[in-house]
Amino acid sequence: MNLKTLAMALAAACAGIAGAPAVLAAAPDVVIGDIDDLSGNYADVAGTGAVESIKMAIADFGGSVLGRKISILVADHQNKPDIGASKFREWADQNGLTMLIGGSNSGVSIAMSKVAAAKKIPFFAIGAGGASLTNEDCTAYTVHYVYDTTALANGTATTIVQNGGKSWFYLTADYAFGTQLQSAASKVVEANGGKTVGAVRVPLAASDFSSFLLQAQASGAQVLGLANAGEDFSNSLKAANEFGITKKMKPAALLAFITNIDSLGLQTAQGLYLTTGFYWDLNDDTRAFSKRYFEKTRKEPTMDQGGYYSATLTYLKAVKAVGSTDADKVMAELKHTKINDMFAKGGYIRADGVMIHDMYVMQVKSPQESKYPWDYYKVQKVMKGEEAFGPITGLCPLAPK
Amino acid sequence: MPVTEIFGIPVAVILGQLMLGLVNGSFYALLSLGLAVIFGLMGIVNFAHGAFYALGAFAALLGMKWFGINYWAALLLAPLAVGLFGIVVERLLLRHLYRLDPLYGLLLTFGLALVIEGSLHQLFGASGHSYSVPRQLAGAVNLGFMILPIYRAWVIVVSVLVCFGTWFVIECTRLGSTLRAATENAPLLQAFGVNVPLLVVATYGGGVALAALAGVLSAPVVLVAPLMGNSLVIVVFAVVVIGGMGSILGAIVSGLALGLIEGFTKVIYPEASNIVVFVIMALVLVLRPAGLFGKE
Repeated sequence: MNLKTLAMALAAACAGIAGAPAVLAAAPDVVIGDIDDLSGNYADVAGTGAVESIKMAIADFGGSVLGRKISILVADHQNKPDIGASKFREWADQNGLTMLIGGSNSGVSIAMSKVAAAKKIPFFAIGAGGASLTNEDCTAYTVHYVYDTTALANGTATTIVQNGGKSWFYLTADYAFGTQLQSAASKVVEANGGKTVGAVRVPLAASDFSSFLLQAQASGAQVLGLANAGEDFSNSLKAANEFGITKKMKPAALLAFITNIDSLGLQTAQGLYLTTGFYWDLNDDTRAFSKRYFEKTRKEPTMDQGGYYSATLTYLKAVKAVGSTDADKVMAELKHTKINDMFAKGGYIRADGVMIHDMYVMQVKSPQESKYPWDYYKVQKVMKGEEAFGPITGLCPLAPK
Repeated sequence: MPVTEIFGIPVAVILGQLMLGLVNGSFYALLSLGLAVIFGLMGIVNFAHGAFYALGAFAALLGMKWFGINYWAALLLAPLAVGLFGIVVERLLLRHLYRLDPLYGLLLTFGLALVIEGSLHQLFGASGHSYSVPRQLAGAVNLGFMILPIYRAWVIVVSVLVCFGTWFVIECTRLGSTLRAATENAPLLQAFGVNVPLLVVATYGGGVALAALAGVLSAPVVLVAPLMGNSLVIVVFAVVVIGGMGSILGAIVSGLALGLIEGFTKVIYPEASNIVVFVIMALVLVLRPAGLFGKE
């Protein structure tokens, strides 16, 4: 240790003794934290691409708000709720965190929303499907952006039932997200006059799906509901094709991202119905954003990565509007302004924390229909936000029925 | 009257599931064989086996993409390339650990698996890539009780041939007896003028090549992704423990058998299909700690 570092260490120690006020005297940064899956199955859906989206939003906002610099912290939760929650707590206690964004995993997101409530820090949950985040597990500081299991089920299941797919068999990932998605979808199917023939709960990250698919086939159902995500979704659809099951049953993706379609290829994925909150090729605004995004990452953004950009901007606009990073003031502002950007038109955050915006039911193009790279979807239906996310359930105490 | 149901489950369904169980068992057998060879002859618990499996699949994928190498050539070249990589790993890293506690080998290979999977993730993303079934093996046959894709039947054939070929070489040939002698008493064998380090490096390369072969075989079946071997390798370790650590025949037989049992579980109680192997492992450890085919 040389003299200079020794002096700095001493200074730091003195500051510590003097207490917090000395540190707070300088205007602290507005700190945005991103806790996400950076190394696992969902890393392509949000991951480092989403970090890029946050940086783009901060740069577009001008890099500072209320005369304070906007900085960003990033951590990998490795899909473990305890890691996500403790990192969030650490940043809240030691790094002056003012807002958290992240998720991709319902279990981790529920754990982090508890911390958000305890530390009073706004938490924008993106990529976690579980609608319980704004129902049983809702908090005054949780905002659920992009999509939830209700919206996914309303989009895909309604469209398929109305197109004649009345009897359903579900291939369900055996954890919170999968079972919530299945129950949301079967409610929609039954409400539209369809019926559930059966379901099989598949352990997460199974190495083989063919056994489960044969059970689905034996059921005689018309629709194969895939209530899973990520690699599980891709591998089950791939096996369904291989075993010729997709010739007799219509596959329904209850959650699929454009990266999944890109992995599978259009030959395998063509004809598939899915629901998305964002598509890069929707309109001039999304194309303009996606072009800039593509230049940085060499990929088109997923709906999550689009949502990270929008959520960051929405938060920063609210901070600017109320002139403070005080969580309660910011939340109040967030819940009464409209969101208009490249991601959402006329979106708003409801009392229970759901960000209501239009959802898109898509059908995957055939290889012949696809004209240029990443030209994967055709819009089947634009679902109005209220229709997609459904009415307030009353399960969240913040939003009585 | 022909039997149409067993325990209320149609026979056709059971037969279909057993067939698929055999396909999965073939992968287990091939992977656990490599692990058993490496453990039996070197005493190394190769935690990087799943990563080598993924490397095999990526080698086939990239060979196709970058050099136009077709599936048939990849079946030979990818295990060769990954096996060579294994040899480099043995010479540069593992070699230094033989005199130490086996735990160090385990730690090293575990770290290696993280590095390999992390690098693949960094370079090629997490969501995986498609590798198509070779033209000659496309399509499916109707077995009466199920539609079996021809490729899956091919997997069983290759795996059984390779497994019993390896068993034959190790148990019934002069090369095999030399290999086994090296594990019993290396210094003595060296005194007879046999190049033991060469045997060891060839063994590791061979075990790794078997993992890579399983990777190439699985490439057309699942998406080629960095973590594809991650969940598989844990099951395969259990298979090796059940068969008896280091027992070649044990690895092959228990690999196939557990595939069948797992297939059967998927019909009766699907939620348990990912733990049935471990339940059996626990039972085997209690009743026969050395494993079904292990020496007491």
